Amino acid sequence: MKLPSEQYGEFYQRDRTIHPPAHAPTYKTSVLRSPQKTLISLQNSLSEITGPVFGADELGPLDNDLIMNYAKTGLPVGERIVVYGYVLDENGRPVRNALVEVWQANAGGRYRHRNDTYIAPIDPNFGGCGRTLTDANGRYFYRTIKPGPYPWRNNVNDWRPAHIHYSISGSGWAQRLITQMYFEGDPLIASCPILRTIPSEAAVRQLIAPLDRNAGIQLDSLAYRFDIVLRGSRATWFENAVQPDDPMQGE
Amino acid sequence: MTIMVNKLEYLKETASQTAGPYVHIGLAPKQAGFDIFENNFGNVLAGPKTKGERIRVEGRVIDGSGTPLRDVLIEIWQANAAGKYNHPADRQKKPIDKRFRGWGRGCSDFTTGIWAFDTIKPGAVMGRNDRPMAPHINFWIVARGINVGLSTRMYFSDEQAANARDPVLNLIEWEVRRKTLIATREERKGHVVYRFDINIQGPDETVFFDI
Ligand SMILES: [Fe+2]
Repeated sequence: MKLPSEQYGEFYQRDRTIHPPAHAPTYKTSVLRSPQKTLISLQNSLSEITGPVFGADELGPLDNDLIMNYAKTGLPVGERIVVYGYVLDENGRPVRNALVEVWQANAGGRYRHRNDTYIAPIDPNFGGCGRTLTDANGRYFYRTIKPGPYPWRNNVNDWRPAHIHYSISGSGWAQRLITQMYFEGDPLIASCPILRTIPSEAAVRQLIAPLDRNAGIQLDSLAYRFDIVLRGSRATWFENAVQPDDPMQGE
Repeated sequence: MTIMVNKLEYLKETASQTAGPYVHIGLAPKQAGFDIFENNFGNVLAGPKTKGERIRVEGRVIDGSGTPLRDVLIEIWQANAAGKYNHPADRQKKPIDKRFRGWGRGCSDFTTGIWAFDTIKPGAVMGRNDRPMAPHINFWIVARGINVGLSTRMYFSDEQAANARDPVLNLIEWEVRRKTLIATREERKGHVVYRFDINIQGPDETVFFDI
């Protein structure tokens, strides 16, 4: 028998009130990069319900270890942390085998990227990216160095709070999500122009990872917990002919 | 007395945030300028044994000033040559091509803004209510300044009859806007190239979908 989360119904309509609007002038770059016409709403077809499937054999053993996956002459500088959490859908069910990809600045707030020219130095032992798949309970984890805040050109004195970028691929194309995780207690959160594009305070709170003293590794690393919610899908009580049903396949 | 109803217990989707200027570090580290993973996801979808017509899809994503985005990241998702998605939810009676996942990830060139995918032309997939959809490729576009990833579809200029019947293209009330989703077929030195420029704003703004 299939579990409800494997029934692959249509995804619930996306609640756009919790997402930032495309045009958010306090984040200046969005002005010329935002559609001005309305989005056309589509009922899900197979094109939106399906999506790429990834396998554990595609990832390397150190892909979720940002402390070790670029260590050349020693360990990277900075606070050692573990980040973990669950990828759930809006029904509260685990999303298994979701591809979680992360990238971040080093402890000084500098990215290993040819376009980043911030004065803080590159850490020779830190790449700044990792990836993992969620397990059967939707759980993921990786370890890394806590990123530093950095200045950016928006207003002349804008700073990004410390953050880790996330990309998540669930089971369906319509669940595709890109977001950023912030850290409990960061004083720069309140004034971040990018966070402030989000209209709902509850939605902002959901992006801030609490420090989890129990999950840390004693005498080694602090832990932060970041749960992610992807869109949920409708149970298929009544077939709405999303596709012709073939009872011989898809078990 | 007022009787309250129990609350429905749904979680809220996590809010989207921009991919930022350094999206390449996480999703395409070679483009950021370094080597870290053994296996890299990329813009070549078709291997030597994949079934179907070899095509290249290329274009630019253009902002409201007419400037191409040089830091955009695009993912595509498509059916195989038989019109079947490589996913268990696709229960159409059609063969899976084991040599074809149907997914790719590409970045625009930092100088020209041109991105490209090497893939095969997909077959038609059955749509809702037993109405076939014309062959198409699904696009997801993220970059600095894009707060929620943009979803659109690319159709093929040489599929006029199928496009005219496509249930999604027909949902677009303004016929003049449908052409923003149709890539132009060209032949270059014996290779088939579909050109697909995406305009984020302006009179030719591409149709984006809330999927
Ligand atoms: Fe960042």
